[in-house]
Order: sequence, then structure tokens, then C-alpha cells
Amino acid sequence: MKQNIIGALCALAVMGGASAQSPKKPVAKPSTKAAAAPAAEEKDAATLEFEKFRAEMEESNPAELFEMKGQEQWKAKRGPKNVSLAESCDLGQGVGKVEGAYVKMPRYFADADAVMDAERRVVWCMVEKQGFKFDDIAKQPFANETFTPDITNLVTYVATHSRNMKIAVPLDDPKVRDAYEVGKEIAAYRAGPYDFSCNTCHGTDGKRIRMQNLPNLSTPAGAIKGVQGWPGYRMTGGVMLTHQWRMGDCFRQQRFPQPKYASDAVAYLLTYMIGTANGQVYKGPGIKR
Amino acid sequence: MNTTRRTVLKGATASGVLAGLIAAGALRPTQVLASEWNKAAFEAKDTAGALKGIGAAAPADSKDLVLKVPDIAENGAVVPVDVVSNIPKTTSIAILVEKNPSPLCAQFEFSNGALPEASARIKMGQTSMVKAVAKADGKFYTAQKEVKVTVGGCGG
Amino acid sequence: MADPMKIRAQLKGDVAEIRVLMSHAMETGQRKDAAGATVPAHFIQSMTIDVGGKRVVDGQVGGSVSRNPVFGFKMKGAKAGDKVVVSWVDNKGEKRTDEAAVA
Repeated sequence: MKQNIIGALCALAVMGGASAQSPKKPVAKPSTKAAAAPAAEEKDAATLEFEKFRAEMEESNPAELFEMKGQEQWKAKRGPKNVSLAESCDLGQGVGKVEGAYVKMPRYFADADAVMDAERRVVWCMVEKQGFKFDDIAKQPFANETFTPDITNLVTYVATHSRNMKIAVPLDDPKVRDAYEVGKEIAAYRAGPYDFSCNTCHGTDGKRIRMQNLPNLSTPAGAIKGVQGWPGYRMTGGVMLTHQWRMGDCFRQQRFPQPKYASDAVAYLLTYMIGTANGQVYKGPGIKR
Repeated sequence: MNTTRRTVLKGATASGVLAGLIAAGALRPTQVLASEWNKAAFEAKDTAGALKGIGAAAPADSKDLVLKVPDIAENGAVVPVDVVSNIPKTTSIAILVEKNPSPLCAQFEFSNGALPEASARIKMGQTSMVKAVAKADGKFYTAQKEVKVTVGGCGG
Repeated sequence: MADPMKIRAQLKGDVAEIRVLMSHAMETGQRKDAAGATVPAHFIQSMTIDVGGKRVVDGQVGGSVSRNPVFGFKMKGAKAGDKVVVSWVDNKGEKRTDEAAVA
């Protein structure tokens, strides 16, 4: 199943309208640090300040509002087949079981013959079990200031039921291992007008964009920082967003074409990112700047 | 305090919103006595106007009014503010942001066992002084701190 | 009716800590959307908290409060099981009431 890296990236189709977005943020300037960076993480005053208040913000996280909606939607009979996800959707732990499911994905699902991250799996269930059309969901899969799609609420609900559990992506499964390796190559793949890869911003310690520290996703300690923020309530705009969304937004910031929603490429990248955080404790859903 | 706050609703003298709700049978007796929105104070465009609107024209600085805010806000859209008043007989606490288009953010009145403290998350348009104003025993007191608001880097 | 709130009321010793998370856009009326149109003002104006049938907090709020507001208060004299009723009314007359028990 290990695919040619070029092949995987050719699967990235430009989503309609993605090119119309011209990000106003300037290009990331990776900070230059001496090669001998200290092993312990340096934290400047601003970072410490942010962390102090972050803890308080996370205690009453508006993400809970979306989790409440997600719970309703998980349990309700919906779609043309009038079936609930609670009675039909297997997230890998048994039909309808949400406890601990989020931290054990991405994983390989035989019924779909694919490695799937949480969002991709819930969408699959909505399509296959409830009869929704994939294209309808993919038309507007992510939230904005006036609209939050059902899938976002559902992913938030599922993720909440893995809070305080250890990430346990099944990397001993050969199919998941393959996905991990492809994801790792995608993260290293430089392209676009700035010749950026994920690793440009997230491949080493000590990088940041203005006041935001960028986690080093190639280490478990850095990867969990990236993972536990998602799904996350973004203070900017007051919007609930998922890990799947974040991958697309990173691509946008790198001036890459947008990845296809719930595609293999995103699943492999998430397998690499979340798999690297194996053993670390997931404290999400998060709250993000 | 604004003397029209505790409006006993008799229909004709009530505000439009509250009268409508009572007519619709939507408010229970305890809710009927909720205070009316202090439009003048909330729509005042500067701190002086907002303070006047809540009847606190010249509040005295007090170290017993404890204001906890971040030195730098991670995001101006959501700034956590915590106010604790150690001034005896405190009955209300208000929060203002000096440089906001409408400085008054909120005002809370306490009764029946409520402690004189409140926390809220507020919006700040730019680096500014955040002020707490407490009413205690009929007099007003204030404390303030500057909160820096930065342009963000990455929302990821 | 508007979307539900999340209310937490916990006794820590003789002090009850009440935290409320409300679902509301809290539009100031000054923001412009992606198309450049001004989003009309829509924000909570007043909120009340009653515990055990008595008014504990009477709050007035404006558009400067964050979207999906979170408020925290403390009180003495509450007992486990006391009913906490939180209500809000916004500038359009929309309202919401939810309740929880002191834990």
C-alpha cells in the first residue's frame, strides 16, 4: 500500500474557491537558532504568560457548546436511512462506542479498506450508514463565524470522549505503518512558491511566528502539542475547527493547493502526526488562538 | 446607581423588551425584577461617559480592588478578566476597557450571599487599560491594569 | 429558543463556585463580514443568576464581552442540590434560561 509520494500528492485536488483566498498574514520567518539548542524547552515571558491563562481558558472551553450539539446529533436518527450513528457507526471500538475511540485513530477499517482519521471515519458512517451524500458534506465541511457543520459537532463529541487518554495509533498494523511512512514523507515534501514543507515550520525546535510558538511535530512532546489542540475552539472568530481543517489551513499558508476533504493524503499526514504523539496524553478538545 | 434599575413592572412604565416578555407570559416573578439595560452607560464612547452612566463619576483608586488580567493577551477577542473586591460592603463590580469603542463591558450586582467577585472574558480592540469599578457602601472605587494586545502569528 | 448554556456550580468548602458558558454571537454591530457588510448588533444585554429561589447576581452586559461568553461568580450559603437558574436576554429580545444543581 505504500504509494509513490508524487502519486499521493497528485491526489490533492484544488478545492473550488481555495485559490480565491489570499491570506493576509505574511510569510512565516523561521527563526535562526544556533545548532546547539538546549535540550530543555526555552520559554520566554510571553509564552509563560499565555500558558498561565490558557489553563483557565481551557477550564470553561466554548468547545463544550459544540460537544453538546454533537452528542445530540450522534444519538439522533438522521439522514435518508433514518439511522443514528450511535446504533450504526463503529469508530474502531465497537458499534456506537465513543470512549477512547479518538485517540486510537487513524486506524485501518476493513469495511472501508482505508486508513481513516476520526473525521474521515465519521463522514464515512454518515454516508454509508445514514445515507447522506459525501458531496453535500464536502461542499462546506468546515465551520465559519455563522455556520458550524454537523461533522464538526460530531468530531468534537467523539474527541471529548478520549480526553485524558493516551494517544494509541495502532502503528503495529502494517497498513497503518505504511500510512505513517507516507505521512512522514508528505511532511518533508517541499513544494509551492516558497518551497515550504510542513517541516519548514514544524520540523525543529524553537520556531515561531510572531507570538505563536510552533511545535516540533517530529518529536512526541511536540507532536502532542499539535494534536491536543484539535478539534479546537478558535478564539479568532469564535469558530470550532477540526484537525482535518488545520491540515488544509497549513497547506493554504504554504501556498499549496488545498487537499481533498477527508482524503488519503490527509489521513496519512494525520497518521504521521498523531502516531508520533503515541503514548502522550490527549487533553483536547482545545482552545486555540 | 441608576434609580430606574429596579423597575417594578406595571406594563405601562416598563421598557419595551421586558413588557413584551411579561405580556407573553415568558417571565417568572423573580425574573420580572431584573434590571433594565443601562443604555446610556453601555453606549458611552469614552470612559468618562461610561463611568457617569453607572453613577461613578470620580471613583477613588483602591488597592483592595484586585484585578487579575494577563499582561499580554494571547488574543484580543477573548481576554480573561477576574475582579475580586476586598472592600467591605461591595454591592457591584463593573469592568471597562478604556480604548474600546464602548468602554463599558459589564456590570454585576451581588445579593443573597454572592461574594463580591466576578470573572468574564472580554474583547479588546487594542492595547489598553482595563478598569474595574466597585460600588461599596454607596461609594465607588477603581483599579486598573494595562493589557497588551498583539497581532497574532499563527492560529494553528 | 436560543442554544443552551453550560452551568457548573460546585461547592468548595462553604463557597459555591458558579461558572456559566453561554452560546451567543455577541456581535457589537461594528464588525464587517467577509463580503464587507456590517454585521448587525446582536448581544446579550442582561443576565441573572438565582440560587435556591433567590436572586444572587444581576448582570448587565454589552457587546464588548467575548463571543460565547464565560462568566464566573462565587457565593456563600448555597447547599448541595440547590437549584441554580441562569437567564439571559439579548438586544433582540431573544432569551434563554437553563438550570443546574449545586454539586
